[in-house]
Amino acid sequence: FIFNQNKWQNPCNPICRRAANRTSSIFFRVWSACSMDSSEPGQSDMPRSETASAGMKRKLDVEKFTRGSKISAKGVTDKKARTLIKKQEKKFRDAAMRAAKAEVLKTEDYGYLEADENERTVRFSQKQLHEHVDENTRQKMFSLNLPELGPYKMKYTRNGRHALLGGLMGHLAAFDWHQSELSFELQLRETLRDVTWLHDHTMLATAQRKHVYIYDSSGIEIHCLRNHIEVNKLDFLPYHFLLVSIGNAGVIKFQDTSTGDLVAEHKTKLGRCSVMRQNPHNAVMLTGHNNGVVNMWSPSMSTPLVRMLTHKGALTSLAIDNTGNYLVTSGVDKQMTIWDVRTFKPMHSYILKRPATDVDISQRGLLSVGFGTHVEVWKDALQTKVKEPYMSHHFSDGTHVSGIRFCPFEDVLGVGHSKGVDSIVIPGSGEANFDAMEANPFETNKQRREVEIRSLLEKLKPEMIGLNDFIATADRAPAEVIAEERRLAKEANSARKPVSCLDVISSYSL
Amino acid sequence: MKVKTISRLESDYVATRSGDLNRMPRNADPALHPFERAREYTRALNATKLDKVFAKPFVRSLSGHSDGIYTMARSRTAVCDFVSGAGDGEIRYWDLSTGICKWAIPAHQGMVKGTGFAAGGDVIVSAGSDSTIKLWEAESSCNFAMGEVPEPLHTYVSKSPVLDMDCHWSEPMFATGGTSIDVWHHERSKPLQTMQWGLDTNGSIKFHPIEKHLLASTCDDRAIVLHDTRAGTPVRKVVLNMRSNCLSWNPMEAMNIVAANEDHNLYTFDIRKMDSAMNVHKDFVAAVMAVDFAPTGREFVAGSYDRTIRIFKYNAGHSREVYFNRRMQRIFSVQFSGDAKWVLSGSDEGNVRLWKANASDSVGTMLPREKRSKEYRDKLKERYAHMPEIRRIARHRSLPRAITKATRIKREIKDASKKREDNRRRHSKPGSVPFEKERKKKNCYNYGMIVRQNQECLSNCTTWGWLFCWRSSWNSDLVMLLWFTVLITYGLSI
Repeated sequence: FIFNQNKWQNPCNPICRRAANRTSSIFFRVWSACSMDSSEPGQSDMPRSETASAGMKRKLDVEKFTRGSKISAKGVTDKKARTLIKKQEKKFRDAAMRAAKAEVLKTEDYGYLEADENERTVRFSQKQLHEHVDENTRQKMFSLNLPELGPYKMKYTRNGRHALLGGLMGHLAAFDWHQSELSFELQLRETLRDVTWLHDHTMLATAQRKHVYIYDSSGIEIHCLRNHIEVNKLDFLPYHFLLVSIGNAGVIKFQDTSTGDLVAEHKTKLGRCSVMRQNPHNAVMLTGHNNGVVNMWSPSMSTPLVRMLTHKGALTSLAIDNTGNYLVTSGVDKQMTIWDVRTFKPMHSYILKRPATDVDISQRGLLSVGFGTHVEVWKDALQTKVKEPYMSHHFSDGTHVSGIRFCPFEDVLGVGHSKGVDSIVIPGSGEANFDAMEANPFETNKQRREVEIRSLLEKLKPEMIGLNDFIATADRAPAEVIAEERRLAKEANSARKPVSCLDVISSYSL
Repeated sequence: MKVKTISRLESDYVATRSGDLNRMPRNADPALHPFERAREYTRALNATKLDKVFAKPFVRSLSGHSDGIYTMARSRTAVCDFVSGAGDGEIRYWDLSTGICKWAIPAHQGMVKGTGFAAGGDVIVSAGSDSTIKLWEAESSCNFAMGEVPEPLHTYVSKSPVLDMDCHWSEPMFATGGTSIDVWHHERSKPLQTMQWGLDTNGSIKFHPIEKHLLASTCDDRAIVLHDTRAGTPVRKVVLNMRSNCLSWNPMEAMNIVAANEDHNLYTFDIRKMDSAMNVHKDFVAAVMAVDFAPTGREFVAGSYDRTIRIFKYNAGHSREVYFNRRMQRIFSVQFSGDAKWVLSGSDEGNVRLWKANASDSVGTMLPREKRSKEYRDKLKERYAHMPEIRRIARHRSLPRAITKATRIKREIKDASKKREDNRRRHSKPGSVPFEKERKKKNCYNYGMIVRQNQECLSNCTTWGWLFCWRSSWNSDLVMLLWFTVLITYGLSI
């Protein structure tokens, strides 16, 4: 009996479809018999052991690692260029496949919280969780009672090892929260509006009453940045070594902390601003203003890259997820809207009982909102609209939430409130497998020094900040535009009076 | 409820005992690695800059000769053995690793015109313009310190002044060029074969490293001639616009040969199809005097009358590296070392200079981690080589003003002629002025040789084929040969 192999491989063949419904184990042995009802052609070719483990074969997520779609060599006439493109595409595909296969090397699993039939996860309190988790996690749930020195803000370093808390009344403390080791504690005796870590746990910046100060990990004041006046919000771009501040004057300032230059200052012209966050995917700064507008800033352009009207009324907080896809904004109109940052379109919005004081998105896309005396964590709330939160945490005796941040690589949320700081466990919020070359919570001193030097060497230039990744891409502007820009640059470079390079850069259109 | 949280054991990640390693887990998820291209570009830029910082190509100068060095040869079997011949007739044998001259022999009365190592590496052959060729023992037992001068193993006398000499790659034979090409054997005092095409002198001779019976030479009638020792005759001739000064066979691609020409260019020919040059290598501003291929066949070094040496990639139109030195004058000979890492230049102020083939390489062995890191940096530089900043830095070489000026003038001339051609194209019928590829431009004329005695050569190609490959002109030689073919087709004998 000779059966046509091609017939079996055609999935539209009705015989094939019928055969697919049968279990392979029965028909594996009789595939060579002259029967129309033989097993699936594909499986008949596989050796016995492979069919047995076919069910256990894991599906490789290659698309995650491909970084964009394939380039076809269709329109290319040059033979050499065509073979080059084909070779490169094959290499990229192989690399993505190998990266997907290497996922099996990941040792840690993500956290989760599942409720039984008649329970809801939102009802679980931290006390109940405390009984069900292991000792290691229990130590991560703590509460620091600091009632005197005002509402607190809690910030974590990039590797989630050290925590920094700043109280509005001037209380500044930094500690290694894994080991519960206090690095330093200061009473500044002046208003402390914001704190942020710089590239490491060795340096931090504070926005005090008048100016911004930079401190050492032992609490010694290193610098006073007099250019920054009455700052409300600070942020640090780790790959560019830029400290960004915005304050009552409504001027956004970019300071390079490695060289000490003030790289750029742009007037927002929208008055006092106290909402600012970075987009971790492309290092663009987002500011929320009192007229409900969100502006996106880059140091190389004096006008915002994008202006979005998000709320009716002032904004209270905003957050962007680490893939740079979703933006969450909240305003005094008690709405919390989720936007698609690539298309600037609103996706859905939630109505809160009170305007949100602070919003944060974890590494795994969990959204936490602090409003009034509550903190709510929403799961899968970015892509879809969800009915109820994942978890919630409440404070008693009028303690209101002032600042919330997820800890990187841990299932922990740090909540700063008016009576101190709480660290609560949110299972499934942190990325379980860290990459030691990027951020290592277990780095030794030697490793930290090496990483510091390497990141200084690889420091990105402020001109590289833009909405899209345009480095090493073809300049699609027409030839006249490029020629015009070159002419302007030449003129500026040969001008009599000294011209700052930023004037030249800002004349380019991005 | 079912709950699980991330709970890492410190002991899993941090070394607890002295021999333990700190674990460095990796996660290739792109979300954890933002700004990939920007960081790669920055690393490529840093790598390019560091290259420039560490670019110290000049290693040492082998001095000792008191006259200009016009010929050099490296041993084909040992990397460190090297012989150079000067204009006062002295030959010196060097150890390249230390730079020490093992011995110096006043070999000839006139200039030393050709040196080489015979097959096996024990015997050094030197040919001088006093028409003698001498064999010397490389590891001579003579006491040079006492002033003793060894006797040559053998001396051969040629009928005419010798202009160049090359050793066979496997047999104890060598060939000399003068008015004709003589192929000698070590055991014979008279040449085995004499080959000549026309009456012009033969300037530079090179035996083929792979097809060992083939021999290429340059002629004063601006030609490159291929000779076959099996047939005992010249076989093919390519006439260029100007005279070629030196030749080098590609040791990896048996059919390619590069010729250093007087018109400041080098031409690579494929001997199977010699109607146009395969590649034109441009960058020099004076006559190219010497060329030598690397043993890898991927690069060659060329030295020119404009006091610079350039390293070219085998298929590139422009050089990848240029070395010059204030003390180095006109270069008459170059050699690539046997391990493809070093380049030697012999100039007419009497010094042989040793340079690194890759200027920013470190001398000595690299540890595996260092090697991997270097490979990564090299790949990054290659990937971002087109970016303007990186290109500007990688291209930058500081050269003497004369050379930059000459290059600029050449470019102006080229641009002017290009502009003229563009204008002509714009003001004529579209398609009537075609774009001419630089390599396809008629820069040479190909001739084949009909051999009356040896019928095998004839039988390999049709007579009509020979006719077509000839250039039509009223050169008397050609007319005679044309007559021969016509007669042969009609089966008549002369």
